[in-house]
Amino acid sequence: MPRRLSYRHALREAFDEELARDPMVVLMGEEVAQYNGAYKVTEGLWDKWGDDRIVDTPISEAGFIGMGIGASMLGVRPVMELMFWSFYTVAWDQIVNNAAMVRYMSGGKINCPIVIRGPANGGTGVGATHSHTPENILANFPGMKCVCPSNAYDAKGLMKAAIRDNDPVMFMESTKLYGEEWDVPSNDELPDGELFIPLGVADVKREGSDITLIAHGRAVITCLKAAEILEAEHGISAEVVDIRTIRPLDEETILESVAKTHRAIYVEENKPFCGVGAQIAYMIQSTIFDELDAPVLRINSLDAPAIYSPPLEAIQLPTPEVVVEKALSIC
Amino acid sequence: MAKATSSAPPAGSHAAAPINQSLTPDDKIGLYRLMSRIRRFEQVSLQHYQGGKMAGFLHLYIGQESVAVGTISLLGENDHVITAYRDHAHALAVGMGMDECMAELFGKATGCSKGKGGSMHYFEPSKNYWGGHGIVAGQTPLGLGLAYGLKFKKLKGAALCYLGDGAVNQGAFHESLNLAALWSLPVIYIIENNGYSMGTSQSRSSAYPSCLAERAAGYDMDWELFSGEDIYEVRARTQVAIERAHTLSRPAVLEIATYRWEGHSVADANKEKYRTKEEVERFKNEHDPIQRWRRVLIEEGIASEEDLKKIDKEAQKEAEASGDFAKASPYPTPESIFEDVYWEVDNKTDAGQTGRHFFND
Repeated sequence: MPRRLSYRHALREAFDEELARDPMVVLMGEEVAQYNGAYKVTEGLWDKWGDDRIVDTPISEAGFIGMGIGASMLGVRPVMELMFWSFYTVAWDQIVNNAAMVRYMSGGKINCPIVIRGPANGGTGVGATHSHTPENILANFPGMKCVCPSNAYDAKGLMKAAIRDNDPVMFMESTKLYGEEWDVPSNDELPDGELFIPLGVADVKREGSDITLIAHGRAVITCLKAAEILEAEHGISAEVVDIRTIRPLDEETILESVAKTHRAIYVEENKPFCGVGAQIAYMIQSTIFDELDAPVLRINSLDAPAIYSPPLEAIQLPTPEVVVEKALSIC
Repeated sequence: MAKATSSAPPAGSHAAAPINQSLTPDDKIGLYRLMSRIRRFEQVSLQHYQGGKMAGFLHLYIGQESVAVGTISLLGENDHVITAYRDHAHALAVGMGMDECMAELFGKATGCSKGKGGSMHYFEPSKNYWGGHGIVAGQTPLGLGLAYGLKFKKLKGAALCYLGDGAVNQGAFHESLNLAALWSLPVIYIIENNGYSMGTSQSRSSAYPSCLAERAAGYDMDWELFSGEDIYEVRARTQVAIERAHTLSRPAVLEIATYRWEGHSVADANKEKYRTKEEVERFKNEHDPIQRWRRVLIEEGIASEEDLKKIDKEAQKEAEASGDFAKASPYPTPESIFEDVYWEVDNKTDAGQTGRHFFND
């Protein structure tokens, strides 16, 4: 019986293992220590690692994110939690001008081995200010890396890669997934003795032959559900490609899949305008135009600020039904 | 109105401070040489700017030399420096060369940031110099992070984080003060108060009780206000904060009154409108920190007029030579646009070669 682990527990294991491996790793953020994490992602780590390694910060994102960036220049490896990625806005100058640019502006004399992480998702009834998904904005900046795991297995392996990376990594989780469980083997079940997934490697989550559904983060789960419906009710075989990291991007896996199925839809919980799907759709048509039997389509959250009203919020984000409908329009 | 020396204690009292008593005649001449070099560097860079050799902004430090030189002269192995965009003096004070600094202004490959940063973005981590930051107060959390790193690594050191008087109204600075005091981090914020945030005087931009540094009191933090004109005073009073940072890991805010002779930047079209000619002349004639130090060296019998003139001439020659070096240097290659973006890519690691990092079509 494979081991089942929740997304939050998988992340916690990644932190625990990296804290043990490298004494320069320190976890910081609002309520990450004594409170055990607003979403319990860091539960138990303060008890185990103490004040030096697990640090509660005041509500002061510009200050403590900037502080982490400064400490990373000196070789500390901070893993900074934003309680919600939505709060990136108040730390934006630090993230963009300092974390992402300082290496370049110093002619390569400095690097910032920092991870900034937290949930970035809508769909939880908290209104527009707490429902931002800024992965497309972050990925727009050369110098930053951007990771969006869709499940516990990837979350653990990618987090370990993010912490060991010597560039700033923006790691985007989902409160909707924290409690969900997946098969996550323990280290002694793994040939390398640990779960480590390099950044920049996409993963085919479901094989298919008629259409490729490409996605990142929780939209991958939506696509897998849609693929089941397409198969069961319409006899359509959908392949699901989880890009896992937006930057660096594994284009080969996407192109190989689309060259096989000849149809593609990008699904994301982000807004459509200048979204990740825009970049990927552009890349597909400019690279393998002749392989396409239909236009590359996109499905995003509906293009308005995140609405509060629960029944409407549920339809503002992509649903399996919408994905099925759109797939049928080109299959 | 910028504060000058009216509140300064009687001359000589700071000369007696142990940290100044420990200065050898050579050390004192070295301080003069450094201030002279900074001024000549700035003057020569201005000429080249006006000659169309560089782009963008050029924020000159002329008139403020004693602040960077005096404070940085106190630093040891584990002390660090970070500042804002008026950053040339700090770079020379930590020991960076004029050549690489001038070449950076020209956008040349031999520049200290390979021509990628420009005037506002000088860096030299090997000399504990962490920039050179363009966004007002953006460097203040980074300075805090350097102090955090020192404490985390259990090193006895301090981070000197410089900012202008216009930076004190940014939120990031206040967040940094709170964290510095809350966690007792060895960061010393040095407000180089030249009286004007660009064209807006202190009285038109800031609300404060007696001075800007006093805001630190709200964070239960040590603070000081003093004149930057006398390098003895700068050293004596900054040393107190450094010792406190080293031994007690306590932060501080120091406000050092100074004056910039030039505009906010060379592109400051209103530099003669927001302050009077008389004010500028008064500071040039009566409060020039280099002239003041010159008088001290002569009064103490350490150097003659001729000795100091010789130093000035050498500094001028060095600055002009750095201009020649910059002119003769090559521009960076187009390929270098994609270097120094990602550490992993530059170092050709597995991580740097997995997935696409750049999107140019």
